[in-house]
Amino acid sequence: MKFSDIVVIGGGPAGMSAALAAADAGVRVTMMDRGQVLGGQLIKQTHRFFGSERERAGTRGIEIVKILRQQIAENKNIEVLKNTECLGIYSDGVISYETDGKYGLMTGEKVIIATGAAEKMLQFENNDLPGVYGAGAVQTLMNVYGIQPGQKVLMIGAGNIGLIVSYQLMQAGVQVAAIVEAMPKIGGYKVHASKVARMGVPILTRKTCKAALGTDHVTGAVLADMDEHFQIIPGTEEEIEVDTICLAVGLAPLSELVSQTRCKMRYIPQLGGFVPERDENLELTAKGYYVAGDVSCIEEATAAMIEGSIAGLSAAIATGMNHPEIIGKRDEWIKQLENLRSGKTGAKIRSGFAVMNGGK
Amino acid sequence: MESYEILESTGVATRDMFENLLPSSERRAKGPYIVMECYEEIPCNPCVTSCKFGAVQMEELNKCPHVDYEKCVGCANCVSHCPGLACFMINETVGDGKIDITFPYELKPVPAKGDIVNALDRKGAVVGKAEIVRVLSGPRMDHTNVITMRVDKELIYDARNISLE
Ligand SMILES: Cc1cc2nc3c(=O)[nH]c(=O)nc-3n(C[C@H](O)[C@H](O)[C@H](O)COP(=O)(O)OP(=O)(O)OC[C@H]3O[C@@H](n4cnc5c(N)ncnc54)[C@H](O)[C@@H]3O)c2cc1C
Ligand code: SF4
Ligand code: SF4
Repeated sequence: MKFSDIVVIGGGPAGMSAALAAADAGVRVTMMDRGQVLGGQLIKQTHRFFGSERERAGTRGIEIVKILRQQIAENKNIEVLKNTECLGIYSDGVISYETDGKYGLMTGEKVIIATGAAEKMLQFENNDLPGVYGAGAVQTLMNVYGIQPGQKVLMIGAGNIGLIVSYQLMQAGVQVAAIVEAMPKIGGYKVHASKVARMGVPILTRKTCKAALGTDHVTGAVLADMDEHFQIIPGTEEEIEVDTICLAVGLAPLSELVSQTRCKMRYIPQLGGFVPERDENLELTAKGYYVAGDVSCIEEATAAMIEGSIAGLSAAIATGMNHPEIIGKRDEWIKQLENLRSGKTGAKIRSGFAVMNGGK
Repeated sequence: MESYEILESTGVATRDMFENLLPSSERRAKGPYIVMECYEEIPCNPCVTSCKFGAVQMEELNKCPHVDYEKCVGCANCVSHCPGLACFMINETVGDGKIDITFPYELKPVPAKGDIVNALDRKGAVVGKAEIVRVLSGPRMDHTNVITMRVDKELIYDARNISLE
């Protein structure tokens, strides 16, 4: 059976950073990703990133991926398995995977799970009509394959993803009829909201999509106002003409593999749903397993990369690479993550971790 | 509704929020200056690190930027580095009842110097005509073009975008 000091499952920004950190500490790493290329969500992010300059803020997501891929390709300690889906983690620590149609088994002394998140769905009439997309699919079509998903889009959700994908649609020459948001406030950064607003896209808060119209594909949508209890106010319905409805209503951690480690799982809405309990070093209650990125807390790429570095170094330290220098480096990343989460936008994440640590 | 609440529910900053950012009238009469229309505390700082003149201050990563107008020379370098596309340079010294507004532009086609285009307000509505007086693009800008439009001085708060047809 194949063996590696550290196995990293998932090659998004979190997994790539974890592999690099561990390999730089001197251990051998095998990283698997089910995609054809490494990068996860980042391969679709054509916009400039936020965060601190040190985490490459101001750089476009796709450029960050190129830098990380290059570093991984040059690192002799990292083996990359693309087109490789991890199928399960058994109680004896054996990891099963499928690679190019073949079944394989391997073990690792330590395992880092960085499988990211999946998009949430929204309930409304006719939501299974062709033309109803998740924001991730729309981004993949446009920014990876250069295909316009439609001509006129209704965006549901004014979080950062809804705002950014709206902007990218407009850049691709697709009209965005409106962005609707059930909450009374725009959830995403206001600078993103301002930039789509000045392109003529109305952002309508306390509004939702009640139904999609059309028989074999979307030809319109019924919008309606919502009250404080998120109930539709009867009589406020209005129809708009669109050929695409794009859902950007949040992400949920892809934590199936994590739960197979038999670690303690918790339901913490602030962190995105079912997430594993983990300590400061990102180790689970199932010892030897670590997490990083959206799989344990829906946040953003900067945090995912820092978490990757923490998990990678922690796992390397646990295999015996416990030089003070490496421990110091990890502790520095932990401090930096704390700093990143210290502001107003980090309040939700902080309250989620307070619940986790408070044992409520 | 409070100004900030309007921004939070529409994405449009109000006139008083913008005016609060403006430097002294002496500084405005001296030459171009930057306005960072970044009203929300978010973890972000390229405006600070891209300014070679040390003109942008931020208490820490999660706070809003503050411009030291004694130091800002109006070079517009921050305009293309800000991921929020929130930095605008204003020059009120061009005369003739006009001002120049320099803004980031990431759409195709890119206008050319001399073009007369529509000036759009913060909701994308046409508010007048704009003459394109400068276009900076190229690999160093990494696809964020920096465009300068000349508009009536009354549009100092309103004009924030252009449309080409
Ligand atoms: C529209 C949009 C805009 C964004 N903008 C920003 C921004 O401006 N700034 C910012 O910091 N962040 C931004 N983000 C968030 C950022 O992209 C994510 O937080 C980040 O990608 C999370 O990294 P990750 O490595 O945890 O997960 P992912 O990027 O999702 O990577 C997970 C990887 O795991 C692989 N995988 C999953 N399951 C398996 C399995 N069983 N076997 C093998 N491989 C598997 C997947 O193929 C994927 O490659 C944005 C996200 C979106 C959708
Ligand atoms: S315009 Fe130039 S000097 Fe002024 S804040 Fe921006 S980068 Fe600094
Ligand atoms: S770079 Fe732009 S969005 Fe980021 S803090 Fe500075 S002004 Fe705000």
